[in-house]
Amino acid sequence: MKFIIIVFLFFIASNISFSQQESTLQESMLRGEEIYADFCVSCHLKKGKGFAKIYPPLAKSDYLLNNRTGSIKAILYGLQGEIVVNGKTYNNSMPSQGLEPEEVADVMNYILNTWENSSDKIVTPEEVSLVTE
Amino acid sequence: MKKSIYYFYLFVVMHNLSISQTLENKVSEPKNDVFSAVLLVDELEIPWGFTFLPNGAILITEKKGELLLFKDNKKQKIGNIPKVYKRGQGGLLDVALHPKFKENGWIYLSYASPEGEQKGGHTAILRAKLKDTILAEKKVLYKATPNTTKGQHFGSRIVFDKNNYLYFSIGERGARDINPQDIKRDGGKIYKLHDDGRIPEDNPFVGVDSAKTAIYSYGHRNPQGLILHPITGEIWNNEHGPRGGDEINIIKKGANYGWPLTTYGINYSGTSITDKTEMKGMEQPLYYWIPSIAPSGMAFITSDKYPEWNGNLLVGSLKYQYLERLILENNKVIRREKLLPDLGKVRAVKQGPDGYIYVAVEGKGIYKLIPNSK
Repeated sequence: MKFIIIVFLFFIASNISFSQQESTLQESMLRGEEIYADFCVSCHLKKGKGFAKIYPPLAKSDYLLNNRTGSIKAILYGLQGEIVVNGKTYNNSMPSQGLEPEEVADVMNYILNTWENSSDKIVTPEEVSLVTE
Repeated sequence: MKKSIYYFYLFVVMHNLSISQTLENKVSEPKNDVFSAVLLVDELEIPWGFTFLPNGAILITEKKGELLLFKDNKKQKIGNIPKVYKRGQGGLLDVALHPKFKENGWIYLSYASPEGEQKGGHTAILRAKLKDTILAEKKVLYKATPNTTKGQHFGSRIVFDKNNYLYFSIGERGARDINPQDIKRDGGKIYKLHDDGRIPEDNPFVGVDSAKTAIYSYGHRNPQGLILHPITGEIWNNEHGPRGGDEINIIKKGANYGWPLTTYGINYSGTSITDKTEMKGMEQPLYYWIPSIAPSGMAFITSDKYPEWNGNLLVGSLKYQYLERLILENNKVIRREKLLPDLGKVRAVKQGPDGYIYVAVEGKGIYKLIPNSK
């Protein structure tokens, strides 16, 4: 009996912490959506599809999904030169946007979990702060 | 299949009926290379503005916050530049010389400035002199308020008219429903000042209660092209519309250019902003681009180096990454041509004192266009 109660309590606790994490992610994504509309949308466009040979896509982008730290670094410090995204080569420059670590985390959470993208680990401001140029 | 073609046809017909501009929004590519583009200044990131000093040197602004002096094939950083708010589209922006620079030495800069109590930044205009390689006698002539952390629409082109009045543009800073139509607020405006920052007594809103009296025209979105028409002496601008609806306008005193109450564009998301393209008391653009090219920089060609281009307008395209030549007839665009395709985002274009055209391209540098002999 005691064992069942403990197991039961464990389930409740893990559900609470799981749903808390979910709502933290949801809130971060909402803030990230605003950042995206302010700083990113004019090049990467509303559905994250990018533009022709000039701006690479974010939706289902292997570069973004397999390169978490590099993507954070690009948002923080800008990105110049050749990159390959989903088999296509892009050679352009993205300037640094001057975002705070909290804002970078929020916009990362948004782009990592929108347009059929998904990520199992939330990006935190602390993680962003550790990324150096 | 047939049905979809039919719908498409219907759409094209209706679309054509709905716009008063008779010209199709088409851009052609020239068949022959009429010029060679020679890279004069290399390794620039975002050369937002540039201007020519009488000694042949070029002053260049890098958006990230550097003022460069290019002389004898060398770049030198100028010191003591103002503190710049680097966020989104903000940074160190345009640079211009006083028309009587040879006599007074005044240099004008526009930039996103963090100055003020509130968090964020807004556009500022500064006057200074160049002493060797540092800025001296700095004075902020205008600082828009209040600051905001929004990343968009600082505007920021600077131009002088034939009577040495200073004009500059400030975009609406991402607050389209608050700023552009309100003359008590900065942003979404073109401003006119004396060369020392004083407000001209005959500015249109002088004497209007609480108005920002430096304002010359309003209802703009984000003007990143501002020039003096070499013959008529008018001020012309180009400005970014939303999706579709970038514009060329002739700037008139006290006039309202309509944003966001009238526009030929729509939201980036595809939803409508307004169904109005014109309203009483609001100006119509001289030209509008659909689709948007994201225009930046502007120059009239008057030089004998390109006789066939005389009276043409050049405009940079950030979105499609080329230089556009617009051929005008009686203030109507009759043809558009794509130059320098796929070189990079064209940020600024000028006709130099030597009559050659110079073009600033992001990630590349400044090119000089040398006509090919026939």
